Amino acid sequence: MHRSPMAPTPPAPVPAPSLVDTLFQRSLGDLVKFLRADPSAAGESTAVARALSEIHREIRAPDAATKATALQKLTYLSSLHFAPVASHPLAFPAIELIASPFLPHKRLAYLAASLSLHPASLSLLPLATHQLHKDLSPSTSAAASHNVSALALQLLASPAAAAAPDLAAHLAHDLLPHLSRGSPRAIAAAARVIAASPSAAVPILFKPLAACLASPDPRASTAAAAAFCELSAPPADAAPFLPLAPDLYNLLTTSRSNWALIKVLKVFGRLAPLESRLAARIVDPVCQLLARSAAMSLTFECIRTVLTALPAHDTAVCLAIGKAKEFLTAEDDPNLRYLGLLALGMLGPTYVSTVHECRDVIAQSLGDADSNIRREALHLMMGMIDRNNIMDIAGMLVSHAAKSDPEFANDILGAVLAACGHNVYELVSDFDWYVSLLTDMARSLHCAQGDEIGRQLVDVGLRVQDARPELVHSSRTLLIDPALLANHLLCPVLSAAAWVSGEYVNFTKDPVELVEALLQPRTSLLPMSVRAVYIQAVFKVITFCCNSYVERLSDSSKEVAVGLNGLSIDETVSEGRKAPLVSGDEQITVPSMMEKDPFSEKSIIHMIDLIETTVGPLFECNEVEVLERARNLIGFVHLIREVQELKESKVDDDEKHSWVKELVKNMQTVFSQEIGPVSLNAQEKVSLPVDIVLNETLAELDDIVSEDDTTPSSSILFYPRSHGSIENRNEPALSLGSSSLLSEHRKRHGLYYLPTGKTEDEPVDYPHANDPLLPASNESSLDDKSNTAQPVTGGKKLKAVKSRPKVVKLDGEDFLSSMVPSANVPKEDSLSGAVRGVLLDRDLKPSSSQKASDKAYEGIVNKMETGGSSSQWKNNVDAELVGHPTSSSRPSIQPSHEKESTNPLESDGKEVKEPKRHRRSSRGGHHQGKHKHRERHSTQPDVPQAPIIQDFLL
Amino acid sequence: MIQAVMVMSTQGKPRLLKFYSFQPPEKHQDLVRGVFQLLSARPDSVSNFIEADAIFGPGVKLVYKHLATLYFVFVFDSSENELAMLDLVQVFVETLDKCFKNVCELDVVFNFNKLHTILDEMILGGQVIETSSEQIMRSVEEIARLEKQSNTTSLIPKSISERFSR
Repeated sequence: MHRSPMAPTPPAPVPAPSLVDTLFQRSLGDLVKFLRADPSAAGESTAVARALSEIHREIRAPDAATKATALQKLTYLSSLHFAPVASHPLAFPAIELIASPFLPHKRLAYLAASLSLHPASLSLLPLATHQLHKDLSPSTSAAASHNVSALALQLLASPAAAAAPDLAAHLAHDLLPHLSRGSPRAIAAAARVIAASPSAAVPILFKPLAACLASPDPRASTAAAAAFCELSAPPADAAPFLPLAPDLYNLLTTSRSNWALIKVLKVFGRLAPLESRLAARIVDPVCQLLARSAAMSLTFECIRTVLTALPAHDTAVCLAIGKAKEFLTAEDDPNLRYLGLLALGMLGPTYVSTVHECRDVIAQSLGDADSNIRREALHLMMGMIDRNNIMDIAGMLVSHAAKSDPEFANDILGAVLAACGHNVYELVSDFDWYVSLLTDMARSLHCAQGDEIGRQLVDVGLRVQDARPELVHSSRTLLIDPALLANHLLCPVLSAAAWVSGEYVNFTKDPVELVEALLQPRTSLLPMSVRAVYIQAVFKVITFCCNSYVERLSDSSKEVAVGLNGLSIDETVSEGRKAPLVSGDEQITVPSMMEKDPFSEKSIIHMIDLIETTVGPLFECNEVEVLERARNLIGFVHLIREVQELKESKVDDDEKHSWVKELVKNMQTVFSQEIGPVSLNAQEKVSLPVDIVLNETLAELDDIVSEDDTTPSSSILFYPRSHGSIENRNEPALSLGSSSLLSEHRKRHGLYYLPTGKTEDEPVDYPHANDPLLPASNESSLDDKSNTAQPVTGGKKLKAVKSRPKVVKLDGEDFLSSMVPSANVPKEDSLSGAVRGVLLDRDLKPSSSQKASDKAYEGIVNKMETGGSSSQWKNNVDAELVGHPTSSSRPSIQPSHEKESTNPLESDGKEVKEPKRHRRSSRGGHHQGKHKHRERHSTQPDVPQAPIIQDFLL
Repeated sequence: MIQAVMVMSTQGKPRLLKFYSFQPPEKHQDLVRGVFQLLSARPDSVSNFIEADAIFGPGVKLVYKHLATLYFVFVFDSSENELAMLDLVQVFVETLDKCFKNVCELDVVFNFNKLHTILDEMILGGQVIETSSEQIMRSVEEIARLEKQSNTTSLIPKSISERFSR
């Protein structure tokens, strides 16, 4: 039926299509041709819009043929042209046509229904329940009925039906005759129905589905194995499927279908970790398959099963590794090489040596044309890194990054940075090497990891004292290179380099060169935030130089008179500081005099001149950070200038000398304090001022914010805070009433609290930021400090190679890294609950996932309790909550609290553990109770209990 | 399970889309675009697998075959074997080839329904139900025969005969 000339589209509201419309309706083929006539995007969208308006008219036609064609076109448009089927969903005409006795129309309608996923159509889908029921029930004409029921099963297994779980639940019974026939369609559909509404479908469908596993028809058993593989897939809990092990084992040893074997292996891979005897049972058949099978897919599945689920069986693992290596060496098939690398990645830490054996192949794979293979190879490389080979591997990887395409180069750099920086540079023992590696990375062609490199440069400077000379040296090479300034990706690195050079200026060999580098003309290309850092670094350098100059003058006090005339500074004094410098490619020519001595008056004057000419213009800058620092610097420089002018006006030398000395000394002390890493617990360590009472005003809020579950405490007492001794700080300053509120809040919003640190147990932590007791240059005190940091970092630091410099690590950092993953508590899923209800005795042990979640909870609680004062309060409060569930008994707690606070900390900790555990177990009991309740709900009395796996295994 | 089957042209135009896990319809276009970007970035003669976590969620991979002007893409999760999926793509292509006698892109463009019929004989609800291309072809032919049968019973659509009899 063609509609040869394009009739103009009639005006919008046309109630029903005319006879002409019906006769000359465009078929789907016509529509496709029409859409292809104008392939441009605009042409296509107008064509789609026009076709849609046409369809909306036709679909209301009273006769089925017109409607069916319209529905077909609409399905096509919504599926492949993403036509918005908003107000007029596919569902209604589709559901109408599902009832058609005419097979082609029925097919179209079912296809439309299974493809349509619009929310509006989903809500209409239950209207089709009755028709589906009819189509699923067997009728007389075998062939047609088979076809029709196939269509119905198709719809039942579609995601549209999964989104309407009621539909699946109502039709579960209709699947039974098909399941008993062993129809693969019905088996696949049953799996979907069970997944969509476990509670309703499991009691009806699970047993027949399990029976299909033992079916003599290989098609049925294959489909059933696939169905259970699907149902046991994570995140579902595989434990309820353990009783199926005998049937699966039977399939494993007898089936000759690779599809079935693959699925059975997958299920066993999930079951084996749950039941220890299972692994020993399946290892032989799996090895036989591995040795015998010619199909690569099955071989790979065997390798995966052995490596992930049977790691304790050495012979099997060796066999699997041998096969995996065969995969690796398949030159002509990148798929096998990729899978071979994947297999190596599954090897546990016990077989690291095997991975090492393949290092050449892996390194070669880094240069593969295939990004998958490269990425897997990188992953394996990172897995190989340990303390001994990190220099080798990281160096190789960084040089490889230079040869790779930008994306992969950054993957490599990111991976190296993450591996080396892991757990406060745990693996790095030679920091000189690491610092130069960081600069190499920054100079790498496609480097986009500037932020992390910059962060680590500063971090290493703060934490590793021994690395500072090399750090300053490497920073110099970055700073003097004018080419780097134009690369905006490197700004964070340059910023870090400038900061490091300024902060540790005492390691600089040539401050003059440094100042020139920091003030070179191309710095104008830098963003303002980085320029601010540059200027501040110049400030530090000039202060340092002046200070050295002044110190030297006072050392050779005899020469004070000549001092400020300066040109004849004692050569012997300056000898020690003088550097055999490499004057590279700086643009400003340095007078030969200054190359010899950076602390001579002349070089200082040179620097001052330079500063005035280059920083002076920044007074016009509209960025406050830069402006402020420029003003500071210029102000300081002017003071120095004045001294010089005084000299010319022949003021008394002594006075002049002492003045400048005082000025410079003052300035130097400003910068001389050591900056260290700041602990997460730093805030806790800040002692409260004596006269501050934090809760004073909050008390008035108390009756406003009172919650229904906690009675507002009528008597909140405030102890005045006393200071000066650690013991006093341990004592809770608040009454229990408010501290229980506090801990309650802490429990609920623990995320937002700072972790409780070991502040009082280990007072000798890393020095607080800006601790006045620790001047920067004092070597011995720094050593002392690093030693005291040792116990905090734990025993593993002691095992480190002796030459490894001290790396400062704070207690909070360990806590944070271990806290994050454990917070991920797995939750019980409804499917496994329902399945377990059918298969297992109610009184059986709680599921593993439940145990896991309990364990995780315990882990969190233990983490929260790592000593410290506030956790002590929490324990007290917990004890109180168990003993006195009602808050009305609160006043009676007061004496016991006072008694406890006099106890020493250790015994206190033990004492409160008991009620804590009790409380946790009572919580677990509650869980179980709830769980049982659900099981009871889903279990039907007529379902017989399945044999339990233990019998089979023994 | 198999999460989706896609056939798209080397221009990025979808030719067949079937999702077995729920994906909101307004996202379909983005998914197709995302997959196409991954595919078009890959040179020839590299492995056929792509990790597609970024598009479909964790653990999801896709396997593809590039034949003439078409990409055949199967999206699957950890319950499927990579090489088995690759074989399945091969089965699908073979079946198309048999059904259309040297399949080309135009066959795929103009046979929307038949393509779905073939696919539905092979995969149901994300589970593989048939892996033999002969068997699939037989079923598809049987369906065509049945449809023709019911077609001959009423050559003229009922509605038109009704209209004329009125």
